Amino acid sequence: MAAKLSPGDLLRFSTTSLRGHGLRTGLSLLGVVIGVMAVVILTALGDGARTYVVDQFASLGTNLLIVLPGKTETSGSMGMGGVPNDLTLEDAQTVERSILEVSRVAPVVMGTEELAYGERRRQLAVVGTTRKYAEARDLKIARGDFLPAGDMFRGSSVVVLGAQAAREIFDEADPVGEIVRVGGWRMRVIGVMATQGTKLGINFDDIAIIPITTGMQMLNRTSLFRMVIQVQAYADIDSAKDKVIALIEERHEEEDFTVLTQDSMMSTFASILDTLTLVVAAIAAISLTVAGIGIMNVMLVSVSERTREIGLLKAVGASSGQILTAFLTEAVFISASGGLLGLALGWTAVKILVVFFPALPASPPTWAVTAALGLSIAVGGIFGLLPARRATQLDPVAALGQR
Amino acid sequence: MPQVADEPRIRLTGITRTFEVGGTEVRALVNVDEEIRSGEHVAIMGPSGSGKSTLLNVLGCLDKPTSGSYFLDGREVGSLESAELTQVRRHKIGFVFQFFHLIPRLSAVENVELPMLFAGVPKKERRERASTALAAVGLADRVTHLPEQLSGGERQRTALARATILEPSILLADEPTGNLDSSSGRVVLDILDRLNDEGLTLLVVTHDPKVAHRADRVIVLVDGKVVKRVPGDRVVEVMALLAEEEPEALEPGEPGEPGEGTKTGE
Repeated sequence: MAAKLSPGDLLRFSTTSLRGHGLRTGLSLLGVVIGVMAVVILTALGDGARTYVVDQFASLGTNLLIVLPGKTETSGSMGMGGVPNDLTLEDAQTVERSILEVSRVAPVVMGTEELAYGERRRQLAVVGTTRKYAEARDLKIARGDFLPAGDMFRGSSVVVLGAQAAREIFDEADPVGEIVRVGGWRMRVIGVMATQGTKLGINFDDIAIIPITTGMQMLNRTSLFRMVIQVQAYADIDSAKDKVIALIEERHEEEDFTVLTQDSMMSTFASILDTLTLVVAAIAAISLTVAGIGIMNVMLVSVSERTREIGLLKAVGASSGQILTAFLTEAVFISASGGLLGLALGWTAVKILVVFFPALPASPPTWAVTAALGLSIAVGGIFGLLPARRATQLDPVAALGQR
Repeated sequence: MPQVADEPRIRLTGITRTFEVGGTEVRALVNVDEEIRSGEHVAIMGPSGSGKSTLLNVLGCLDKPTSGSYFLDGREVGSLESAELTQVRRHKIGFVFQFFHLIPRLSAVENVELPMLFAGVPKKERRERASTALAAVGLADRVTHLPEQLSGGERQRTALARATILEPSILLADEPTGNLDSSSGRVVLDILDRLNDEGLTLLVVTHDPKVAHRADRVIVLVDGKVVKRVPGDRVVEVMALLAEEEPEALEPGEPGEPGEGTKTGE
């Protein structure tokens, strides 16, 4: 007939011992609070960064393939292959014409040039491309039109300005139809883009877009910087990728280029950030362990202070199991309340952070919250065990012998 | 468990208890044979270090003899599992100590509730029984007081209520009045007598002949051996014997620790 302490009685009895030791209990609680807060905040930041990057990629469209000149598998060097072949406009045209799954191809060159109008001058990014780039990148026009459709090999002296670039040079006036100089070339402004913001490091508002052939001449390039390929349907992206690789490899007689999918870039970034989140979570978990040692210390002090009490409990008929449970409950109570408090504070901190940095969708992942709470309770249990066992092993005679 | 008609409540045969102290063996009890009947009131006397407290701890199942057998109500205690020993301590034995050993952060009634708490008695019943028990020792108006708010005598009465709350058959008291002034001591002793009259087997370790005088029988321990057994009314003979062993401890009527009567019970 093993008598049982009801959970309520157990908790009440165990927590009475914390009554007289507010500061001591509070300090060891604080350790757990900080540990759990660290887990919640750091994982929320890591997860927020991951969501941010993934969203950025998603906003660019997921059914895009990007071809870069050069093979980027051996830390940037070309190994035995020597100088890679140029990625040419002909390559782009062939891809667009020969591969069924491809809906459009936008060749891209990039550089920095001066935009001048009268006395006003401005250094900005110049992108040489075709009308299809606007479609693939989903760029919106505010005034005029984008680059004219038609033969990509025919260069013309027209330019489309980003919203900010137009504002800086023309103030509120309408730039469409005006003649500007881009890198010394006279060009007619045919359109102004709507505000786009920054996407993957490119500020689409401070930019001048010119026809690809003009761009290659102005920037003195023989090779494309990128080839942006839009695939008909997301489901076809892998087969399209294989065909693009086969086709260009056939033309170059070697695989001296790289084909990226948005997915592969996205998942690379996401996995890097996932690892980062795990690392910070592990560091935070270490602080929880340290907090556990703090609890153990407090409990050991408590056991030695309450030697007499433990002896007495045995004399009044408490079993070793009951004494063990009572001390464990006390330790778990400290760590679990610390865990809950840390969770509440960490959550609040994240919410406040989001108010100030709305771009970062920081929110603690469920696994981290569960793990932090679970760990904080486990910390109490594990680090409370040694002191609790010490309590049960006390010799009641020696314990009661003390005054 | 039903008692066999002739079986004494307590039977000790050849009880020896030795301790290792700094590599040397100290013999606290040597070959003690004793029988104590149900309802008997026995005083245990002897000079300091004679083994009185060790005997009480063995009887209370807090300590195990190195050799010998201890039969409690006909059952050999040495053969019991630790869970059974807990049951024995919980339901058969009550303890009262010289320094009360009340838990300072718990109120009087919470201290009295402790044995019931570990025995799994429901909260409401615990509170009722503990309050009644405190009223029975004259502390009805001290129920919610903390030990530090109680006088020495009140603390010891609280400890008595706690020791008897699960209605044990044996009460072991280690210098129960040793820390009290004489009038508080008398109140405690009267309560002990009353409990004994109600059938409780009472064993009291004491230095005080006035305490021993109330007993049916006095057992005298010297160096762990029982050297004398006399009826309580012949305690004078014991005092003569002890005067040779430990003259300084026998100032008449002296409390164990003068002036400590109102200090905290910790």
